Amino acid sequence: MTLALFLEQLLNGLQFGVMLFLMAAGLTLVFGVMGLINLAHGSLYMVGAFACAAVATATGSFWLGLIASLVAAAIAGVVVEMTVLRRLYARNHLDQVLATFALILVFSEGTRWLFGSFPLYLTIPPILSGSISLPGDVEYPAYRLAIILVGLAVAAGLFWLISATRLGVRIRAGESDREMIGALGVDIGKLYTLVFALGAALAGLAGALVGAIQSVQVGMGEPVLILAFVVIVIGGIGSIKGALIGAVLVGLTDTLGRTLLPSLFGLFLEPASASSTGSALASMSIYVLMAAVLFFRPGGLFGELSR
Amino acid sequence: MRRETLFNFTLAGGLLGLAIVAWFVDEPFVITLLTKVFIFAIAGTGLNLALGNGGLVSLGHAAFFGIGGYAMAILASHAQSFEPMVIGPLTFDGTKSMPVIWLVAILASAFAALLIGLLSLRTSGVYFIMITLAFAQMIYYFAISWPAYGGEDGISIYVRNNFPGLNTLDPIQFFGLIALLLVIVLWLSSTLVRSRFGVALDATRQNAQRVTSVGLSPFTIRLIAFVISGAITGLAGALYADLNRFVSPSMLSWQVSGEIMVFVILGGVARLFGPLAGAALFIGMEHYLGGISEFWQFWLGLLLLIVVLWGRGGLLGVVAGERRHG
Repeated sequence: MTLALFLEQLLNGLQFGVMLFLMAAGLTLVFGVMGLINLAHGSLYMVGAFACAAVATATGSFWLGLIASLVAAAIAGVVVEMTVLRRLYARNHLDQVLATFALILVFSEGTRWLFGSFPLYLTIPPILSGSISLPGDVEYPAYRLAIILVGLAVAAGLFWLISATRLGVRIRAGESDREMIGALGVDIGKLYTLVFALGAALAGLAGALVGAIQSVQVGMGEPVLILAFVVIVIGGIGSIKGALIGAVLVGLTDTLGRTLLPSLFGLFLEPASASSTGSALASMSIYVLMAAVLFFRPGGLFGELSR
Repeated sequence: MRRETLFNFTLAGGLLGLAIVAWFVDEPFVITLLTKVFIFAIAGTGLNLALGNGGLVSLGHAAFFGIGGYAMAILASHAQSFEPMVIGPLTFDGTKSMPVIWLVAILASAFAALLIGLLSLRTSGVYFIMITLAFAQMIYYFAISWPAYGGEDGISIYVRNNFPGLNTLDPIQFFGLIALLLVIVLWLSSTLVRSRFGVALDATRQNAQRVTSVGLSPFTIRLIAFVISGAITGLAGALYADLNRFVSPSMLSWQVSGEIMVFVILGGVARLFGPLAGAALFIGMEHYLGGISEFWQFWLGLLLLIVVLWGRGGLLGVVAGERRHG
């Protein structure tokens, strides 16, 4: 494998990881602050992608579509939080899993109802449709590079939000002791809705960004949801830093595993069985990574073991 | 008679009665649907032991369900192609005999549960949910990229396997066999829950520290419960594969884990007849709503939401009130 190809795969892994971070950040905040397991987070990702595709097709502008994805996912998040999820914070994980599983059904079928079963397509805006030459003789699609930059910017923004703003102080306080900040006069209900809307908007953004690379279809959220759960479990639930490191780890492991493992097995196996064994192990690799992390650190890399 | 016992008898009697009526009016489809309900009730009873009695929320029981299914498909596919299996120096002939297949399915899924349990039970809470999910996903992807046994396409078995003295292709005879197995599994589960082991398991769920202080090992107790739970779900997997005469990686997917869990919660966690009630309600609704609306999953989702939000304790919780302890 040439260096250029390796660098390209490295960037692909980073892009995948950054996209997972957008999903995982919301999940980990919602779990950390409200103690809620939200299986329906993937549905918000789908809502974002569909909103972007619909608005971009109607207006012809991808950028309006992106804004629509943020707004639509945030609104969907607020509605779901205020009508359903609010009643689940005090319940056990089982009830949460069942209720949010039901929400997946409602969202997926509702979207199918509105948009039909056929996938929609998003076109990449012209400014970002070319590729960019990078050092090391790498030609890399500008759009994917943009996703990496957007993701890193969002990560930086979130760190700033959590560590340096009043809202961030409240979120951290809510994570460590929710009765206490309630007693100190913070409107817990409003804080929860806000955190949920923030997480939902990020998921919607991720859906819209990825929708332009892949197709926009019903059920696109669930595979990503599972990966996002893997990410937050590896990183430690409730930790934004853990989510970022976990997301990049998972993204790189998955992408590099897919390209490197088949050629690695090619060294001592015949080509056909090498590629099948290699790709089998590659798709298992992130789960092996997760099991290994939990075996040595049962609370994830940056999590506390409680909860 | 307690309301729960009354409800259990009504439910089981009603389902059996429905099957017999369907047999008389020659509606094999209804019998097949009921067979599916009973098989998922067996799977749910397995999960209920870990989830309800042990408090071990496993989102990875599709692994055992699928392993049971693959155990059946591998044995039967070797039998139908008359090719012996070669494992190292040993060769085995495939088999079409149900009791042998069941035994292999139970042993294989119990062994998988032992390995997964040994690693997963170090964690707890959400981490346990996620690590069991991770192991199931590993096996799922392994099955997809394992060309020897069908890969993504799965394996078809042309003729249903045999049970001595029965014509298993006749829907009502196969249903009767499954119903008998469900009764055995329910009896086993209720005996287990009431035994010394069951009491220890219940105590471990409530307060592991106290269990340790009386000299028992919570880890061992949980591991045994997890293995038995996996074995029962594995048996259900073999039966489900036999019902469809088809196995594919989708039996191992996380949606299946979710569905089995939904059956248990919908019926009532840690209730003996909970999984049967849940599976009957879910599969019944699925069939009924599928007849009225193309978007039946939408209505099913709303219904599930209502059950979680206002019907706490599932169907049995609504009908028979809080679970009695002791």
